[in-house]
Amino acid sequence: MINVKELTKRYAHTTAVDHISFEVAKGQIVGFLGPNGAGKTTTMRMLTCFLPPSSGTATVAGFDVLEQPMEVKKRIGYLPETPPLYPEMETAEYLKFVGQLKGLSGAELQKRIDYVCERCSVADVRNKLLGKLSKGYRQRVGLAQAIIHNPDVLILDEPTAGLDPKQINETRDLIRSLAGSHTIILSTHILPEVEQTCEQVVIINKGKLVATDSVRNLQARARGAESILLEVGGRNGNLETSTVQQKLERVSGVSRVVCKHQVDSRAFFEVESQKGRKVRGDLARAVVESGWDLNELRPAAMSLEEVFLQLTGQDAPAEGTAAKGAQQQ
Amino acid sequence: MRNALIICQKELRSYFSSPVAYVLLTLWGVVFGYFFWAALGHFLTYTVESQMSGRMYSINLNEQVIRPLLQNVAVIGLFFLPMITMRIFAEEKRTGTIELLVTSPIRDLEIIIGKWLAAMLLYCCLLLFTVIHFLFLFKYGNPDWKPLVIAYVGLVLEAGAMLAIGTFISSLTKNQIIAGATTFAVLILLWVLAWSDFSNAGWAHVLAYMSLVNHSESFMRGVVDLKDGIYYTTLIFLGLFFTARSMESLRWRS
Repeated sequence: MINVKELTKRYAHTTAVDHISFEVAKGQIVGFLGPNGAGKTTTMRMLTCFLPPSSGTATVAGFDVLEQPMEVKKRIGYLPETPPLYPEMETAEYLKFVGQLKGLSGAELQKRIDYVCERCSVADVRNKLLGKLSKGYRQRVGLAQAIIHNPDVLILDEPTAGLDPKQINETRDLIRSLAGSHTIILSTHILPEVEQTCEQVVIINKGKLVATDSVRNLQARARGAESILLEVGGRNGNLETSTVQQKLERVSGVSRVVCKHQVDSRAFFEVESQKGRKVRGDLARAVVESGWDLNELRPAAMSLEEVFLQLTGQDAPAEGTAAKGAQQQ
Repeated sequence: MRNALIICQKELRSYFSSPVAYVLLTLWGVVFGYFFWAALGHFLTYTVESQMSGRMYSINLNEQVIRPLLQNVAVIGLFFLPMITMRIFAEEKRTGTIELLVTSPIRDLEIIIGKWLAAMLLYCCLLLFTVIHFLFLFKYGNPDWKPLVIAYVGLVLEAGAMLAIGTFISSLTKNQIIAGATTFAVLILLWVLAWSDFSNAGWAHVLAYMSLVNHSESFMRGVVDLKDGIYYTTLIFLGLFFTARSMESLRWRS
């Protein structure tokens, strides 16, 4: 549905987007991920024909953004970072205006207005001035505006920015429900959002493509070395953490053991395995055979956040030792 | 063309659903009302004087009231028109709504013409206020209506040119104050270029010819001069053409 090849945008002194290529299949939700200033908005603006690319090509539904912008624009619904609302207009009036701009008219337009109002739950503010709406409503009217002409492709620039947690969840549900009938690209710098909403991720940093893959693959890829959380308890009320640590370190395949903290006779460890080694069974046996209790043993799932920081080459936060470990191999 | 009308309709709604149109109409009404009152006052004193002195001065409503008043309308327009055009593109660029327009399947030119047309219609509403005053002259006097109509055509053309220039300047900036002030300065300069006819040099003639005022005089006298009509239409085309180029460059630069 969307095909981007070597897309580049140069300004006088900087290159905002540097030879990015990726593809999006019909009906997919793709998360466009990157720190602020990575070139997400610029890429989206090129896809919506707002900015022409310096070099490279992008096609939407088979139409080139430079050669046939009118055809592309007809098939795209776009929600910019700040919803493009006219404060002096009422919601229904505004949706009618946008619908007309996109080429709808008459009964069909009226039907679409009713539909998107319902879909984006803005029906109760139909006759309110847009300037008086709360942030959450403004965002949803922006979304309603983007889908009014039932476009093949939806491009959403940080659709959940500035919303409260409840609204964020509602917006995510809404976006998820739109997938299938629409192909969606959404940009964000909030990682859990991608994990929850998207099937595929495109990560960019400083204008360059860092990774593009499915969410699951990315997580698995970065988890090559397993990180395991252990809770060990002493049977008779006391526990020498250093002894336990030595014992754990001696298990074959273990590369590193860190004692996170200790409460009374219980100690918490984080164990990292060497790449490709399965050590969970051996760890459990070592603990039990030494006469301690194995209270808990679970793999520490690597969040996309760690993957992201690792891929974009930034330092992981203090507790993100898993990311550091993965970097070492 | 349908798209230009959609934009025009939306712009007019913006003018009339916000205080903009009403404030402009009120101020315009007050200012022009004063001009009318003063012009008519002078005219009445003059006629009374002429009767008292027993000599017959030539008395002509068209020449002595309507024509100077309409020339003043053009001057008031000089102050009011930048206020109409300053927001046209600057506001859309600042609030980001320009992204909606530009990513919709309509041409830049349709956006520009729609916006310019709406500004023209707003100006015509202002002119309607002046028409109401002149209706009183028709009730109590006997002026000739044809020169009046031609003068209005001239005023609309002149305003069209000024609005096109203002639209262009507004498309250059995000800041409404900058757009308004620059438009005002440019229009004033175009106005006073008429004064450069003190010299006999060729360039002075060219400068004077470029002035907005010189081309309105024939219309104000009730004469349609083709070259003046062409001058204004050219300015309108140039202004809108440059606006289109400016919108295009906005994309390449931004």
